[in-house]
Formats: sequence, structure tokens, C-alpha cells
Amino acid sequence: MATKRTTPIRAQDIPHEHTIKGGIDKKPNLIGVVLGAFALVVFFGFPYVLMFVTSLKTRLEVTDIPPAYFPSSPRWSNYLDVWSSEVNPASALLSSFVIAGGATLLVLLIATPAAYYIARFRFPGRLVFLLLVLCTQMLQPTVLAVGLFQEFKGWQGTSVWLALILINGTFNLSFAIWMMQAFFASVPKEIDEAAQIDGLGKLQTMFRISLPLVWPGIVTAIIFVFVNSWNEYAAALILVRDSSLQPLTVAMPRFLGLYVQDWQYLFTTALVAVVPVIVLFGFIEKRLIGGLTAGAVK
Amino acid sequence: MSLTATPQMVNQAKKRKTSAWGDSLRALPWLLPTLVLIAAVVLYPAYLMIRTSFFKYNAMGIQRSPDPVGLENYIGRGGALTFPGVPIERILINTVVWVVVVVFVTLLISLLIAQFLNKPFRGRKLLRLFVILPWACSVVMTTTVFRYGLQQETGLFNRFLVDVGILDRAVAWTKDPTAAFWIAVFVAVYVSLPFTTYTILAGLQSVSKDVLEAAHVDGANAVQRYWSIVLPLLRPSIAVAALINIINVFNSLPILRILQETPGYHTGHITTTLMYEYQTALGPGVSSALSVLNFLFCLVIIAIYLAIVQPTKEVA
Repeated sequence: MATKRTTPIRAQDIPHEHTIKGGIDKKPNLIGVVLGAFALVVFFGFPYVLMFVTSLKTRLEVTDIPPAYFPSSPRWSNYLDVWSSEVNPASALLSSFVIAGGATLLVLLIATPAAYYIARFRFPGRLVFLLLVLCTQMLQPTVLAVGLFQEFKGWQGTSVWLALILINGTFNLSFAIWMMQAFFASVPKEIDEAAQIDGLGKLQTMFRISLPLVWPGIVTAIIFVFVNSWNEYAAALILVRDSSLQPLTVAMPRFLGLYVQDWQYLFTTALVAVVPVIVLFGFIEKRLIGGLTAGAVK
Repeated sequence: MSLTATPQMVNQAKKRKTSAWGDSLRALPWLLPTLVLIAAVVLYPAYLMIRTSFFKYNAMGIQRSPDPVGLENYIGRGGALTFPGVPIERILINTVVWVVVVVFVTLLISLLIAQFLNKPFRGRKLLRLFVILPWACSVVMTTTVFRYGLQQETGLFNRFLVDVGILDRAVAWTKDPTAAFWIAVFVAVYVSLPFTTYTILAGLQSVSKDVLEAAHVDGANAVQRYWSIVLPLLRPSIAVAALINIINVFNSLPILRILQETPGYHTGHITTTLMYEYQTALGPGVSSALSVLNFLFCLVIIAIYLAIVQPTKEVA
């Protein structure tokens, strides 16, 4: 290492020389990594192992006293039967997708130009706008439930989806704007100015020059909004009365009726529903973290 | 160079002429959709809610009096803070404990996990997907599986804890308000970890390798490097994660609602779950009064956080 020569050599440094040579980039200790990985897998996996095991039990087995660790014979047919059960998880999945997808699209359409503009231009009222956005971050559907119910109680049928898209979109707007704003601000202004000198309008500059550079920020926003809307509970609970339009979060508990408790179906659906989210995540994970700082112009 | 400078100068000359008012007007098309949505979906329902809190309703949501009733829904007989049988002091303490403990423990564990996942080793990508599980599987489902596993007689977590000798016999965790509250604290930390870990992990990317290398060469050990270089650089990420967590945890309804199997006004509530208890038992008047107080309460907690932590303070 070239820097070695510039540091004063002290007695206690000498035994450490090999670590200095390796620098801080040295391969992490294998045993430590294996132990850490094992701990993480157990910690983040154990509830889902229970979910999986239970999803393979029969209706009688899920309420056995004492409970068995494993089903007598794994009942894979649960994964087929669940679709024709009374709760109809297919429609709940569809609802969740429509609502979360719609909210994500809405946020992208609305937050991107706003974030771009406040990052690029100073104008009177900018601070007021930023404060307003910050305030909405503090309010959540849970707090405003009574008001939201009064405003949207008439939106029944599939328009309840529209209501939930608007609600999820709006309450996630502030985080998206704040984050994308920071990303747009990290792109040197000169790039935009060069584009505008070359004759591009503001809108074109944003779409063709800045957006590709802030892609990691947008991906983060997409995930954040999608998963938050996917998880939203309070607004869906008070607004959706037609059970065939309920999203997963509200529909799932219906598996646990007063007389019949279909825990196995509940967990089957939960596991099926987690697959698309994990896949979505696996695709963009690398960009999300690796690109967070690498994307901008050096 | 002189060719490209000319239009720039023309632009600047134009800019000087237009008024500040014009600048705001030009910003409007870019910001209008946001403003409309916020007005329609946040401010208007907030107005409706505040208004509702000053009128009398029955439990079915039918208005009982044409005139506003002042602070009756807040502190009157049967008001949000004074309803007989509600252990309101305990619930307020619970709320503070809930927010502080969950957010603090979440941050600590996340710092640890993020540091580990930032190391270069094979398979860390897969491991990162594991960390995302509680988030991807939804809060409601994750909480539900804990409720199932912690049932006294049919719960496998209970059986496991007895089998390995940690417990003498199975406990009805979700039937006791206090036990269920602490289980909920654990689950709330659990589901907050993914977002927090990822935010900190992203922040770790901005820590320059060169600086760490230099400190290393100067003889700073791992702890010193972490404490005086990494942590200060992580400050913005930690501040954002903490703020978002405070707001989310404060407003979290499903975790306590699913894990508390005790009905009524027990000692395991926080103000947010009490709000929903009021909604079904007393109707929208009292419930929205508590919502208004709840929001103010949340603001106070955020203000205290901002005053203590000063997350906007520049890194020296």
C-alpha cells in the first residue's frame, strides 16, 4: 500500500503489518460470516417456517392440542383448494395488486415532476410547499380514519379501489417527493443547463436527462410506495364493505370465522402473496443499494 | 463557448425582468397535482374530522344534536380522555413506551444488521432478501402468524419454548394485556427492521472507503473507525429512518389489534388502538376527538425528537 510510507512506523504497528497490507477490504472472517448469516436466517425465517408448516396441515391438525411440529403427511392440495374456498383469495390478491399498483403509478406521475421542480428551481412559496408535504407525512390514514370515512363512504363498488388508490398514493407522496428531490438535487445543474441550451424544454430535460440519472431514487420510491400500499390496513378496513373487493390485509382474517378457523388456508395465501413482492425486490435490489450513490455523475 | 453563452445571457436577462409572482406561477403546473391531492385526501378529511369532534353522535354514527357541543367529546362526561373505565394514564404511558422502545431497539438492531450485510461475502444478496421478508409478507400476516404460534394450547412457539426448557408451561400470551403488549413491541420491531436496515445500508454506501482506509493506516481500530467516522456519516440516514419509524409506529393499528385478544378498555392499549375501540363503541364524535388529540400527541413526540436529536444539524 502506497500510503504506508507516509505514516510514522511505531513499534505496535509492526505486528499489524499484514492487516494494513490487506487494508479494510480484507476478506471478512468466514466463521463470523457463517454464524451471522445463520442467525439472520433463523431470526427472519422462523415465523415463515411456522407459516409454511401450518399451510401443509389439515383443518383438524392446525388446532391439535398439543400442536405437532410437522403435519402427518404434507397436504400440498391446500395450495389448490384455497382458491375455491369461501374467502376467495384470488379476488383479494387482485384487489391488493390494483390498489398497490395504482397508488405506485399515481405517486410516480405526480411526485416526479414536483420533486424535479423543487430540486432545480427556487421560487417564492417553495418552503411552504415543502412544509406542507412534510405535514402530510405526519398524518396517516389511521389518524384521519373518521374524516376519510366521511369523505369516501359513498364510493362503493369498484370505485372503492379508486378511493384507496388516491388515499395510498397521497399518504406516500411526501416520502417519494422528499427522496426523489434529494436525488435530483445530487445531479449537477450544469447537465440540465447544457440540455436546455441544446434546445430541450424543461419537461424533456427531466424525462431524457435527469430521470435516467436518478433511477435508483425512483426504484426506492417504487418499492416504498408499493409495499406500503400492499400493507395498508386502516383505510381498507373502514372503507371496503363489499368483501369481494377487499385487499389481502382485510380479507385474510375472514379465514378465521367464528366456527371454522382455516389457519392453513390463511397461511397458504400469505405465502403465495409474498412471492411477487420478493421477486420484484430481487430484481431491483442491486440497483436499490448499489446504485444509490453510484448513479450520479462523478 | 461564446456561442453557447449567448442564449444563457438572454435567459438571465429575461429572468430578471419577470416578477417573483411569475416564478411561483411557473412552478404551479409542476406542483398542482400534488397540491390538489393533499388538499382533497389529507386536508379536507382532516377538516371533516375536526368538525366531527365538536358534534354529538351515537355509536351508529348518527348525529344527535344540530349544534356543536364544545369540548364535550374531549373532556366532557364520556369524553375521549375521561370516559369511565378507560385507564387513560396507563394508555398514554403505553404510547410513549411503545414509540420510544420500538424505534430505539429497531435502530440499534438495524445498525448491526446493516453493518454485517455491507460486508463483501458470497450470498449476501440472498441474505438481504431474507431481511425483507417481514415487510414483503405484510405486517398483518406476520403479526397473525405470531398470534397463531403464541396460542396457549395450539401454538407451536409455545410448545417449542416449553420443549427447550425456556418456559415451564405454555403461556396465554395474547390473552393478557401486558404480555400481549410486549409481544406487540417485539413484532413491531420485527416488521420495522427491513425498512430501517435498508435505509442504513443505503447510507453506508456513502461512507468513503478511502477515509476508512486512511483512518486504519493511522491506527484507528474498528470500533474507533465506526464510532468517529461511520456513525457521523450515517447521521442523515438514521435521522430519516427514525422519523419515518416514529410516525409509522405511532400510527400502527394492526399489530396491537391482532395480538390483543382481550376485549374492551384494557391496560394494553395505545391511543391509536383506543381510537378504534371508541369508534365502534361510542361512534365518530368521541373517536375523532381522540384522533385530533392523537395527532397533536404525535407532533409533540416528533418535536421532542427533533429538539433532542437535531437531525438537520450539519455533520461537522
